[in-house]
Amino acid sequence: MRKGLSLFNLSSLVLGFTFLYLPIVLLVIYSFNASRLVTVWAGFSTEWYWKLLENDQLLDAAWVTLRVAFISATVATVLGTMGAIALTRYGRFPGRMLFSGMIYAPLVMPEVITGLSLLLLFVAVNFDRGFWTITLAHITFTMCFVSVVVQSRLVTFDRSLEEAALDLGCPPLKTFFIITLPIILPAVVSGWMLAFTLSLDDLVIASFTTGPGATTLPMRIYSQVRLGVTPEINAVCTILIAIVTVVVVIASVVTKRQEMERQRAERLAAAG
Amino acid sequence: MARQTRGRWLVIAVPYLWLLALFLVPFFIVFKISLSQDAIAQPPYEPVFDLAAGWEAVRGALEQLNFDNYSYVLSWDNEFLLAYASSLKIAAISTVLLLLVGYPVAYGMARAPKSIRPTLLMLVILPFWTSFLIRVYAWIGILSPEGLLNQLLMALGVIDEPLELLATDTAVYIGIVYSYLPFMILPLYSALEKMDETLLEAAADLGCPPFAAFWKITWPLSLPGVFAGCLLCFIPAVGEFVIPDLLGGSDTLMIGKSLWTEFSVNRSWTVSSAVAVLLLLVLVVPIVFYQNVQTRQMEGR
Repeated sequence: MRKGLSLFNLSSLVLGFTFLYLPIVLLVIYSFNASRLVTVWAGFSTEWYWKLLENDQLLDAAWVTLRVAFISATVATVLGTMGAIALTRYGRFPGRMLFSGMIYAPLVMPEVITGLSLLLLFVAVNFDRGFWTITLAHITFTMCFVSVVVQSRLVTFDRSLEEAALDLGCPPLKTFFIITLPIILPAVVSGWMLAFTLSLDDLVIASFTTGPGATTLPMRIYSQVRLGVTPEINAVCTILIAIVTVVVVIASVVTKRQEMERQRAERLAAAG
Repeated sequence: MARQTRGRWLVIAVPYLWLLALFLVPFFIVFKISLSQDAIAQPPYEPVFDLAAGWEAVRGALEQLNFDNYSYVLSWDNEFLLAYASSLKIAAISTVLLLLVGYPVAYGMARAPKSIRPTLLMLVILPFWTSFLIRVYAWIGILSPEGLLNQLLMALGVIDEPLELLATDTAVYIGIVYSYLPFMILPLYSALEKMDETLLEAAADLGCPPFAAFWKITWPLSLPGVFAGCLLCFIPAVGEFVIPDLLGGSDTLMIGKSLWTEFSVNRSWTVSSAVAVLLLLVLVVPIVFYQNVQTRQMEGR
C-alpha cells in the first residue's frame, strides 16, 4: 500500500549515508592532491602513489600484514566453523556455557585487554614475540567473529537434509563436506573475509603482541598519523579502501547470484 | 557409532582448548601479574612462578603477592579513577548519540522498498570493512584548525576564526559515533525489518496517530535490536584507545589510553594488569547482559 519513502525516512537515509561516506570520500580526493599541504587543493596528481613504491618500510609492513591476515583468517575460519557447529548442532555438552561465553566475549572485549593478556601469556611461556605471536593473537579474536557469522547461517538452514544423509548411512564427516559445507559456504567465505579484514585492520592487539622485526601496516600508519596528516598516508588508505570495496562488492554479487540459483533450484525441485 | 562420537568430541575440543589456552588462561595470568611487583628484570615483574624450583619456591612466590597495585590504581592521587568515570561517561553519551543517529537510518532502511534494501545494507556494512584506523584518521583532516570543516565554515562566513575541534572531547564523540555507527544500525535494522507492518496499518485504521503508533508498537518491538546495538557499542567504547589517542586532547581521560600509557610509556606491567582487571570488573555486568541477549537471539530463531 505504501509507495516509496516518506520525506522523513528519505532525509534520514541521505543524511546518515552522507555522514558515513563523506569523510572517506574526502580522504580519497585529497590523496590526489598535488600539494603537500593536505588542506589546500593544488591540482590533480598521482605523485604520492609513486612515492609509495619507494617506501620500503611501508611495503615491508604491508607484506607482513598480508601474510598475518591470510594465515590467521584461514585458521580462524576452520576453528570458528568448528565452534559454530559445536554450538548449534551438538545440543548440551559439559562446559557449553563457558564455551559460548568464550565465543561471544571477544566480540566486545576492549582490545587493550585482549592485547595485554595475550602478551603476558606469551611472556609467561617464553614464546619469542614477532610474526607468529601476532598471528596466534589474530586467530584467537577473529575465530569468534567467524563463529558468529557461521552460526547465524547454521541455525536458519533445513536440518532435515543432514538428517536424511545420516539416516541413509553417510558418515558424518562426509555429510559435512557434501551437504552442510556447500550450504553454509557463503557464510564461511564471508567469515573468512571478515577475519581477514579484522586482522588487516588491527592496531592495538598487534602492537601488544609484536616483537622485534614484525611491524604491521596499521602500526606503521599509526606512527605516521601521530605526526599529522600526509598525502602519502592518504594514498595508502585509498589503496586499502579500494581493495576492500572491490572484494566486498564482488563477494556480495557472487553470494546474491548463488542465492538466486539456489532458490531457482529449490523451486524447480518443488515443481518437479 | 564410536567413530562418530570421537569426531564429535574433536569438533568441540579443538576450538574449546584453543580459547581456553589463548583467551581464558591469559586472564588468570593478567590477574596474577596484577598482584606482583615491578622489577628490573626479564620479564619485568616478580615473583616469577618457577614450577621447576619446587613447592617451597612456589609458596614463597605466593606469599609475595599483594594488592599494592590495586591501592595504587584506586587512589585518588592518581588519575585512574577519573579515567574510569570519564570512560563510562563518554561511552554512555556516545551510545545515546549513536542511538539517536542510528535509529532513523535503520528505520528508513527497513521501510525502503524491498528491492533496494540489500544495497542499503551493503552500504552500511562497507565502511565497517574499511580500516578503523583509516576512518578515524579521515576525521583529523576534517576537524583540524586548518581542516576542511573550518575552511567551509569560514568560507560561508559562519565563523571568523577556526574552531578548536581537534584534540577535544567533541572530536572523541564524533569519532566514536562515526566508527561505531554500523554496529548500531545493523541490529536495529534486523529488528525493525522483521516487524509486521500490518500492525501499524491496523493502528492507523483504528485512528491511532503515527507518533503514538510508533511509540506503542514499533519502539517496543525494536527493543531487542536497541539492547544489542547499545551493548555492542557501549562495551568496546569504554575501553577505546585509538579514538581518544588520535582525536582527543591531552586532557581527554579514557581508561584504554591510560592502560596503554602505563604499559608503553611507564613500562609498568603490573599496574597495567591491575588497570585491565578493574576494567574487566566494570564491564562484566554489561558483557554478561550482552551474552544473554545474543544467546536468546540465536536460540529464539
